[in-house]
Amino acid sequence: MMQQQHSDNAAKFIADDARTNWHDETLWFVRAKRDKAAHNLPEWEALRQAASDIKDHTLNHLDTYLLEFEEKAKANGIIVHWAFDADEHNQIVYDIIHQSGITKMVKSKSMLTEECKLNEFLQHNGVEVVDTDLGERIVQFRNETPSHIVLPAIHLKKEDVSATFHEFLHTEKGNNDPLYLTRAARVHLRNHFFTSEVALTGVNFAVAETGSIVVCTNEGNADLGVHSARIHIASMGIEKIIPKANHLSVFLRLLARSATGQPVTTYNSHFNRPQPGKEMHVVIVNNKRTQQLAEPDFKSSLKCIRCAACFNTCPIYRKSGGHSYHTTVAGPIGSILSPNLDKKQHADLPFASTLCGSCSNVCPVKIDIHNQLWKWRQLLTKEGYAPPAKTLAMKGMANVLGSPFLYNLSGKVGRWVMRNIPFLVNNKNWNPWFKQRDMPKAPEQSFRDWYIKNKKS
Amino acid sequence: MKVELFIPCYVDQFYPKVAIASLQLLQSLGCEVDFPLQQTCCGQPMANSGYNHFTESCNKNFVDNFSGNSFIVCPSGSCTLHIKEHLTGGDESKIENIRKHVMELSEFITDVLKVSNINAGFPHRVGYLTSCHGQRGLHLSSTSEINGPRFSKPEQLLRFVKGIELVYPQRVDDCCGFGGGFCVTEEALSVKMGQDRLKQFLELDVEFITGNDMSCLMHLEGLIQRNKYPIKVLHIAEILNTSLK
Repeated sequence: MMQQQHSDNAAKFIADDARTNWHDETLWFVRAKRDKAAHNLPEWEALRQAASDIKDHTLNHLDTYLLEFEEKAKANGIIVHWAFDADEHNQIVYDIIHQSGITKMVKSKSMLTEECKLNEFLQHNGVEVVDTDLGERIVQFRNETPSHIVLPAIHLKKEDVSATFHEFLHTEKGNNDPLYLTRAARVHLRNHFFTSEVALTGVNFAVAETGSIVVCTNEGNADLGVHSARIHIASMGIEKIIPKANHLSVFLRLLARSATGQPVTTYNSHFNRPQPGKEMHVVIVNNKRTQQLAEPDFKSSLKCIRCAACFNTCPIYRKSGGHSYHTTVAGPIGSILSPNLDKKQHADLPFASTLCGSCSNVCPVKIDIHNQLWKWRQLLTKEGYAPPAKTLAMKGMANVLGSPFLYNLSGKVGRWVMRNIPFLVNNKNWNPWFKQRDMPKAPEQSFRDWYIKNKKS
Repeated sequence: MKVELFIPCYVDQFYPKVAIASLQLLQSLGCEVDFPLQQTCCGQPMANSGYNHFTESCNKNFVDNFSGNSFIVCPSGSCTLHIKEHLTGGDESKIENIRKHVMELSEFITDVLKVSNINAGFPHRVGYLTSCHGQRGLHLSSTSEINGPRFSKPEQLLRFVKGIELVYPQRVDDCCGFGGGFCVTEEALSVKMGQDRLKQFLELDVEFITGNDMSCLMHLEGLIQRNKYPIKVLHIAEILNTSLK
């Protein structure tokens, strides 16, 4: 299979200018709401620092806190599983479901299960999976992946949703009324909530000192699923741990404000232990996170709390759409997480950035995302994941720019060519700059030439 | 004050007028300016493309050209930031000195020269383009993301200019899409970002767009000329140097 390139996908996305503008404006609206929420809190920057410090500390003592969590969770009656990778995670989930003789599962939002491709695995093994987050259900119907980790169907307009619901839920054709469509989804999902014996949720925070987990949703779908099911499975990456319950007072204030500009997520549900007569499982997943943890340059990417503020602020994301990133977690944070999972597949992503730095500024846990993008570029290039032609061109360029003689000579020749044989440069086939932009005018003399002539000694 | 002038390679080759304006501006503010003649490129084009390991000769040449004992002033936030963050190799103490002394032109004027006036006049409506590396990297101005006091060193200088009507576009510090190698490797996206930025300036009905990085302005200029938009670009040094010609 041809490796996907962000630049090709972006060009296809941009070809629909009106839709691109709509996408850009929609996400900018979310970014603006975030700004308002952040700027209304005088202690905002101190909160970010506190969150960053807690996460740094936790990553430095991850082993201690994970074991503490396991011990406390077990004491609460939760069954704790450890999964080394995606396959192990999927097998553990399947075994729990299979042993109970269940054939349907409802699932609230969990990017980890997207990363592990759990839905495909379970469906292949005869288990129906119903995503209950509205956006996720929409993309599931359409056989697409979420294009955004907080707003999974943000690439779709209400007309698209209407067409999809007409096909799958038999709503009126062409009825684009959001209220009508939401009600249809509600009836559809309620039925699944009440008939599913197993519910899987993600984990936003796992508290080591209490052995409990916190799940944040705006739709209450995690709660509806868990409370009507007999078995609750919660899947979490190892980085979701926080030491103390009172640390939630930092993270919950940052999460919703950063994500959508809300003061707090609508439902922050604390799951401490299984209800009487029911089962609760927590699956703790590594899937190469310890590999990232061992890289000093990239370790802090594990501080991410998945708010997607970096998506909404990123002009690349806003104007190229989540699917252009061809990975589970898109946006700037995805571009520093994904290469750790598969360097070859995701070697293009750290280059899908102008290194403008806005991502690092909005990040509620102060990950230096743009610096890590730069560092991934170096690592991927050194390890041979860059196109050979690019390496050759860069080598040539480095030789010219590193030598005053060659630099001055090429400058003179280049400017002469641009003035006298412009079609050599002004060619849309081999000069991507010239496709939609004019070249700068080439002056007769460089500054250096002028300086030598005019310098007053 | 003695100053060493560091001119980005593409400014040297394509925009000598920006370098001349920078030189004359510094001289008019009382600096004794030297332009080390064998300087070439800071190495950023390779480094940002993932080839920092190819920048050895650029680094060496930079260290050979600049003493590190006086301020190194550059009319580009981006190139300044690259030297500050990524210059390596050779004599560590000299490199440390260079990193400490390299400054972008407007921050040098506001923070070191601390001028109380600039004798310039430019009676035009001018839009200001914020360049990301200078802003978020060098902190030339506050950013829309951070909750803190508003400031802008370039604006502080442009306020001295008589007759200027300075305006900012919506989404005040959204990236223009130049991005170095990005402008060709992500051509479609780069152009889209530039067009969107220009649309905001066109709505403001400005005659000129100015900023601290000619690279971003070169990208917008390419689009302006291709689309025949009624706007011109000027580097901030050219505006600050207007009445001195």
